Amino acid sequence: MNSVLFNSSSELLRFATAGSVDDGKSTLIGRLLVDCKGVFEDQLQSVQNYHERKGGKGVDLALLTDGLQAEREQGITIDVAYRYFATPKRKFIIADTPGHEQYTRNMVTGASTAALTIVLIDARKGILTQSRRHAYIAHLLQIPHVVVAINKMDLVDYSQEVYETIRTNFLKFTESLNIPNLYFIPISALEGDMVVTRGDKMNWYTGETLLGTLESISVDNGLVEKPLRFPVQLVNRPQSEDLHDFRGYMGKIESGEVRVGDEVTVLPSGLRSKIKEIVTFDGNLDHAFAPQSVTLTLKDEIDIPRGEMLVASNQPAQVAREFEARLCWLDKASLQLQKKYFLKHTTNTVKAVVTELQYQVDINTLEHNSEVHELHTNEIGRVRIKVQQPLIFDAYVDNRATGSFILIDADTNNTVAAGLIQRPELA
Amino acid sequence: MTQHRLSHLAALESESIHIIREVVAEFRNPVMLYSIGKDSSVMLHLARKAFYPSPLPFPLLHVDTGYKFQEMITFRDEYTKSIGARLIVHRNEEAIAQGAHPIKLGVGRCCGALKTTALLQALEKYGFDAAFGGARRDEERSRAKERIFSFRDEFGQWDPRNQRPELWNLYNGRIHEGESVRVFPLSNWTEMDVWEYILEQKIPIVPLYFAKPREVIKRGNMLIPAEGAQALEGEKVETVTCRFRTLGCSPCTGAVYSDATTLEEIVRESALATRSERETRIIDHGASSMEDKKKEGYF
Repeated sequence: MNSVLFNSSSELLRFATAGSVDDGKSTLIGRLLVDCKGVFEDQLQSVQNYHERKGGKGVDLALLTDGLQAEREQGITIDVAYRYFATPKRKFIIADTPGHEQYTRNMVTGASTAALTIVLIDARKGILTQSRRHAYIAHLLQIPHVVVAINKMDLVDYSQEVYETIRTNFLKFTESLNIPNLYFIPISALEGDMVVTRGDKMNWYTGETLLGTLESISVDNGLVEKPLRFPVQLVNRPQSEDLHDFRGYMGKIESGEVRVGDEVTVLPSGLRSKIKEIVTFDGNLDHAFAPQSVTLTLKDEIDIPRGEMLVASNQPAQVAREFEARLCWLDKASLQLQKKYFLKHTTNTVKAVVTELQYQVDINTLEHNSEVHELHTNEIGRVRIKVQQPLIFDAYVDNRATGSFILIDADTNNTVAAGLIQRPELA
Repeated sequence: MTQHRLSHLAALESESIHIIREVVAEFRNPVMLYSIGKDSSVMLHLARKAFYPSPLPFPLLHVDTGYKFQEMITFRDEYTKSIGARLIVHRNEEAIAQGAHPIKLGVGRCCGALKTTALLQALEKYGFDAAFGGARRDEERSRAKERIFSFRDEFGQWDPRNQRPELWNLYNGRIHEGESVRVFPLSNWTEMDVWEYILEQKIPIVPLYFAKPREVIKRGNMLIPAEGAQALEGEKVETVTCRFRTLGCSPCTGAVYSDATTLEEIVRESALATRSERETRIIDHGASSMEDKKKEGYF
């Protein structure tokens, strides 16, 4: 860890893991944390003590990641947990999602902020329903990198043939999913082979180790090259004597960049103005880019409330009251057509109704079922949505931040669905 | 190209500022919990950045157990005054009057009365509907599953099995009357990130974090500061060069052997640390004490 010192310019990689019960996911994460020294001695000791009290021997790596008392008692994992570790090259945030009946919901949640996802496959079992679901969700959420980690190689004699068969089958299944970067790595999380170190059992494999892959893939998500999207969070009006006329728009640059003097368009009004200042606590900037949080002032006095958006004039976002989207239903209570929900999108919350359920995706076969009339928890459907005020958006495939939304039940206030806006021309 | 890449600290900073602004936009009456520790110092710094050039749009709340180190109280008063923040100090006076003390009540009940109950009292007294806390997910196992916007029912309690899913950077801040939300802008920061950021931004922190000779009592693996503790039989007060990795109440916070007198040395020491910072906090060592306390309303 010594070389992490003062390396405050290292980059952040967020990745998600998901797996079925017993495929060794917790062991894998435990292995990464222990081998990268992301675990302290006293934490390791407390896990070991617990394990030994229960009659086990040595350290059960899986226990390191089972956070809650209830989970340790039942030997299951509830919900998404976040883990952190660093190497001299990068800082990592893991969204660790359990594989049980809430699989889809948790996986979508964990993967929503990830740049990479690890699909874990038990070498003895090959591709299961959950591996397919996992690949589909990676495709749905447009995760740029998918690592297929074929685990428990120690239990199949480190066989290259087993690895190749799984690889071929997985490629066949994902052919139609257009996953841009797909990697296959044979590992033994238990023994450590090809996780952080190569080990000496799989010399037939010449690619990177799992950690080597995590450290070397590009984290450049192309956000800065996309057109400017700046949803206004709040208006900054100090109204003090020296800043009497100051009116700044506070927000995070979701994509693109801004320079002082750039022309921007305000949506939905369509009014144009130029950037006067890029204000930060550390002084004004000439230039800022995604994903920085800044305060912008404009040359013209325009009233721009929360929920409106500054966009690049030559590539504006769409403004509409109706659109199509894919919904991943998260709540126990099913989708009700024509019921009023709140829709939160960027910094904007509006009333919304789902007017039509066009089809449901069978996540195991990828077939579309248009005979359905309901969407239950963990199901994915294609819908048509109508909102009370115009929404300023892009398709999810073009822009994650301006193409995603959540639905909130107006009675319970629960987050009931994750939504991904479709491209209109494909509708 | 490099000028178009944010360092991990800049990325974490931007995410935290976005979270803090969302709360101010969506809640009627937010407050920032200020514990005077290093995480609170970073969170407060981020809040100042978020609203610049306007002043902080919410007050700070310090839940004072009466057992905080004098150096913490001095630092609190001077620093919050220097940045023009509005500070509310709340104490559970009834429990303090009854002589609540960790040795008398046990650590769990003492924390319950002086921290959890006091916090819930203050939230209710002032009608706060959102409270920022400086907790990090890397601190403790039950925190790893905490949301950034963590929903609390009308009794201020947390139900780990029934949390709202949190997707992308879209936080659901809708609540009914009487319910509230705890918000953790530093969720994705690690101890190392906090120290590196304090160093990079030159954020003032309580002098207790820096090593110097202090009077302590050695108890097991712990160095208990003499300020808040009494020597038991067979123990004596000694002078040891040490510092604090985390700050809590004086009877319950241990110091560590250290020669780190500058921020650079603290960062170096943290990078090389083999034991977690929470080890010096007595409250964490029950079977799953943090999880139980959080369910009851603790941060």
